[in-house]
Amino acid sequence: MIVTPALAQTAPAATETPAAPAGDTHAAPAGELHTETGVAQGEDHGTGVFPPFDPTHFASQLLWLVITFGLFYLLMKRVIVPRLGGILEHRHDRIAQDLDEASRLKSEADTAVETYEKELAAARSKANGIAETAREAAKSKAAADRAAIEAELAEKLSAAETRIGEIKAKAFAQVGAIAEETATAIVDQLIGKAGGDDIKTAVAAAANGKA
Amino acid sequence: MANDPIHQFQIQKIVPIEIGGIDFSFTNASLFMVATVAAAAGFLYFATSQRGLIPGRAQSVAEMSYEFIASMLREGAGSHGMKFFPLVFTLFMFVLTANMLGMFPYFFTVTSQIIVTFALAVLVIGTVLVYGFYKHGLHFLKVFVPSGIPGVLLPLVVGIEIISFLSRPISLSVRLFANMLAGHITLKVFAGFVTSLSALGALGIGGAILPLIMTVALTGLEFLVAFLQAYVFAVLTCMYLNDAVHPGGH
Repeated sequence: MIVTPALAQTAPAATETPAAPAGDTHAAPAGELHTETGVAQGEDHGTGVFPPFDPTHFASQLLWLVITFGLFYLLMKRVIVPRLGGILEHRHDRIAQDLDEASRLKSEADTAVETYEKELAAARSKANGIAETAREAAKSKAAADRAAIEAELAEKLSAAETRIGEIKAKAFAQVGAIAEETATAIVDQLIGKAGGDDIKTAVAAAANGKA
Repeated sequence: MANDPIHQFQIQKIVPIEIGGIDFSFTNASLFMVATVAAAAGFLYFATSQRGLIPGRAQSVAEMSYEFIASMLREGAGSHGMKFFPLVFTLFMFVLTANMLGMFPYFFTVTSQIIVTFALAVLVIGTVLVYGFYKHGLHFLKVFVPSGIPGVLLPLVVGIEIISFLSRPISLSVRLFANMLAGHITLKVFAGFVTSLSALGALGIGGAILPLIMTVALTGLEFLVAFLQAYVFAVLTCMYLNDAVHPGGH
């Protein structure tokens, strides 16, 4: 609705184009009261053309587009694209490298764990062996000690028994003499005098009778 | 002047230059071309100057746009098409930055000029033609002859293919230009309603709320369109370049 009248204006306006550009430079302040269609700007702006279709500025726009876009393209091609590509590639490489490093470290750790477990198992079985031999040695030594002590004790016991027997026999041998003495003393006390032989036989008879 | 929706597309000379009777003045359009290139190039240059292994925010954005275009081109034109990466990337960044800069109030929209978008489209089609004939010679003409078409229909199909090929620069340029132009006019018209309605007193101010909401919504939509048109331009460029790389290889 707004654009069409302006478009309609394009064709007739284009014809007056060549005459116009001279007055173009001081055109800006004059264009204060435009209609909404933009049609009535006519004389002041050189052409009444809808501005985007105004061919008077095509050459200038093209030139400056070529200059700016060309510079932009060169900058992109020479600097920005290689730089960005480099950054991304570097990061990609770095990540791949880090992953490789990580997997290498992991396999190393795995080997270390394996070795550790192997050594642990070996140490455990060795410890078991040592404990076993130590236990065996202790047991046999204890048995030997006990046997030695038992033998010694038995020897001492038998020695003690022999001595007891001797003392007993000696004691028994002396019992007769003591009994004679005692009997003699008792008889002496009772009857004043005692015949030694009678008492001796009596004691012997008593001892015999008792035995 | 403020209410004229066409005024924003007017070209004003800043430094008049005339060479051989042709007007090459440095205008506001030229100024914003320079601004577009300066903004895009400056951003990309400084965002990537650290070359960080771990990217910062700006570098992430630069890398994202790089990978965005790279995957687009790889999907569109295959790995052989990657030699056109600088061109597609430059086109995308230029159009995107120009569209986005145009969203600022009082800024000139470079891509709302048909001659600019047409020149970019001709650059694309020209690249397709030159590379296609340089690389494949006359085999490039296979692009107009789809395989598996019965002989009777062939002239008709070839005719259609040629017309569709010729209309490419027009559709490519008009699509971008018309979107930018129409969007900016619509924005300006609705914003103009706000000012003219609120000049009518209390009732008018109340009534101006609707176009105000509309203007805000349209601004959001225009930002989307600004990105989308740059994207569409780049995608179509990739598809056309595919013809240059693989003629008849559909």
